[in-house]
Amino acid sequence: MTLTTIAFYAFAIVLLASAVRVITAKNPVHSVLFLILAFFNAAGLFVLIGAEFVAMILVIVYVGAVAVLFLFVVMMLDINFQELRQGFMQYMPVGLVVGAILAVELVFLATTQLAGGPVGGQANNAPIPPVDQMTNTEAIGHILYTDYVYAFQVSGLILLVAMIGAIVLTLRSRPGVRRQQIGQQLDRKRGEVVQVRKVPTRGGV
Amino acid sequence: MEFGSIGLAHYLTLSAILFTIGVFGIFLNRKNVIIILMSVEMILLAVNINLVSFSVYLNDLVGQIFTMFILTVAAAEAAIGLAILVVYFRNRGTIAVEDINMMKG
Repeated sequence: MTLTTIAFYAFAIVLLASAVRVITAKNPVHSVLFLILAFFNAAGLFVLIGAEFVAMILVIVYVGAVAVLFLFVVMMLDINFQELRQGFMQYMPVGLVVGAILAVELVFLATTQLAGGPVGGQANNAPIPPVDQMTNTEAIGHILYTDYVYAFQVSGLILLVAMIGAIVLTLRSRPGVRRQQIGQQLDRKRGEVVQVRKVPTRGGV
Repeated sequence: MEFGSIGLAHYLTLSAILFTIGVFGIFLNRKNVIIILMSVEMILLAVNINLVSFSVYLNDLVGQIFTMFILTVAAAEAAIGLAILVVYFRNRGTIAVEDINMMKG
């Protein structure tokens, strides 16, 4: 049993255990924290398999952005989560049946049909260079910015649309809030706001 | 890159189980949208594990490129989903999925 094997099984077991905790935890904050643990372990698996860049991106994007976003939303919404857990047991049997069928089929496919495929297949477009010649990050950069530059641009566009969409969705103008309106301030003319009154002596305004 | 004694089947089995846990989570938490979104993230993670392991196994870097595109889409989806969730909570005061039926003719 090599170190790689031990590491794989350690990462895999913690990944699956925390995935189970994500869907069964009573408190959604715990769910998010277990999701973070699951992502860290998946990143460990990616490092183990030699995909360092994807592993680091996984940690940065998922743990640094998505999971923290989940955490914010869970903590921001004042929800009675006990209420939402009703029917948990009711859906358990059908979920178990569907899940078991799916798992058996997928594992069967993975272990019997796909495992006998070609090792280091020949007909590929972008062979992975040896680690001592080029790092994983550099190799990905060489392909991503040449062959897949349009797809890369489109993914940037998707992020832009998502950002604008999220802002537009959550932007609201509450009535009754007095905000400073600089345009209106600068637009005022002297004649509109200043009135010169002739005050008679002892008469008052 | 050598797998050692851990083969493609190990990674595919792991990702199959993770995928199933994600689907099971959607079944289990029918009312809680936040957990459903997290389950979707786990399903996408399983897909990513599949892509990366095939990429290494077939010695083709394109799988890792597409993993990053999936990651992008997953991040966008999480942002939009949570924004919709916040707006829905602001308007209705609850996030119960079963109450979302205003557009049901």
